[in-house]
Amino acid sequence: MSETADILTQAAHWRTEGEEVALATVTQTWGSSPRPAGSQLAVTRSGRMAGSVSGGCIEGAVAEAAMMTLDSGTPQLLDFGITDERAWEVGLACGGKLKVFVEKLA
Amino acid sequence: MTPETLAALAAAREAKRPVVLATRLATGEQLLLPIEGSPLTEAADRALLRDEAATVSVGNEEWFLHPYSPPVRLIVVGAVHIAQALVPMAAHLGVEVIVIDPRRSFATSERFPNVTLNGEWPDDAMDALRPDSRTAVITLTHDPKLDDPALDRALKSDAFYIGSLGSRKTHASRLARLRALGHDDAALSRIRGPVGLNIGAVTAPEIALSILAEFVAVRRNAQSG
Repeated sequence: MSETADILTQAAHWRTEGEEVALATVTQTWGSSPRPAGSQLAVTRSGRMAGSVSGGCIEGAVAEAAMMTLDSGTPQLLDFGITDERAWEVGLACGGKLKVFVEKLA
Repeated sequence: MTPETLAALAAAREAKRPVVLATRLATGEQLLLPIEGSPLTEAADRALLRDEAATVSVGNEEWFLHPYSPPVRLIVVGAVHIAQALVPMAAHLGVEVIVIDPRRSFATSERFPNVTLNGEWPDDAMDALRPDSRTAVITLTHDPKLDDPALDRALKSDAFYIGSLGSRKTHASRLARLRALGHDDAALSRIRGPVGLNIGAVTAPEIALSILAEFVAVRRNAQSG
């Protein structure tokens, strides 16, 4: 029962279509995060999305960060949580905390 | 992720070989495990065993270990109406489904598109498929000639879920027959029967849903399972 393999397949498929693709993966969670470590979101430069890293709370912020990684080629480790003011901005209402690794599919 | 890593990951998946993608979080450097002698091997084995991604500290470095296990297998015995509803739902759960039914009129690709159909007798089919601890077996035929040999083989395996469709009465006589084949009470208690969570299911898709709900509960060690 793995869904991440299929998101990776989708991401790889977009890549072969010539899209620029970033992959975001939940690496760690604390408290009531809706998606476990290993959950993935693939985002293209053109705005296509597959998968999820939360219940929809932080996907927008992650997609934004993904664009920076597409520009720079440099991976990022993002922190979301109640101790982070940014979490309020993006509305992590569940009160959970999580880390998301964002990388570019070269 | 480099194209080489992506290709290696895809190849492992295609070959149904369990691998772990290790990412050094500080740099984004990636390795595909197992690699002999790697200090990450032990943690990677644990990630595969638990089928859980995790961040671990190895030698003052944080690594994210992401297991990619081959899909869990579900062997369905009986290419019946409930199976027609169950197969696409199970596929949606990311499960690899195999349907066994020697009755040619049932096991047709028209009734079961996009799924592996096995037309052997269940005992032969099960012997060839060799259910393991990542395999579930569900019998749906109600026919002792077909269900019993499949259940017999399932009980001799490490299958993590064994379910059998049938009323309490049908199930009681089924257990008596399997007992006569030499299976003791402890073994027989592995069979979920009547199969599925009690959600008052009536239609074929509802029954399929109740069976798969129970399958998920067992797989994920839910308290209600």
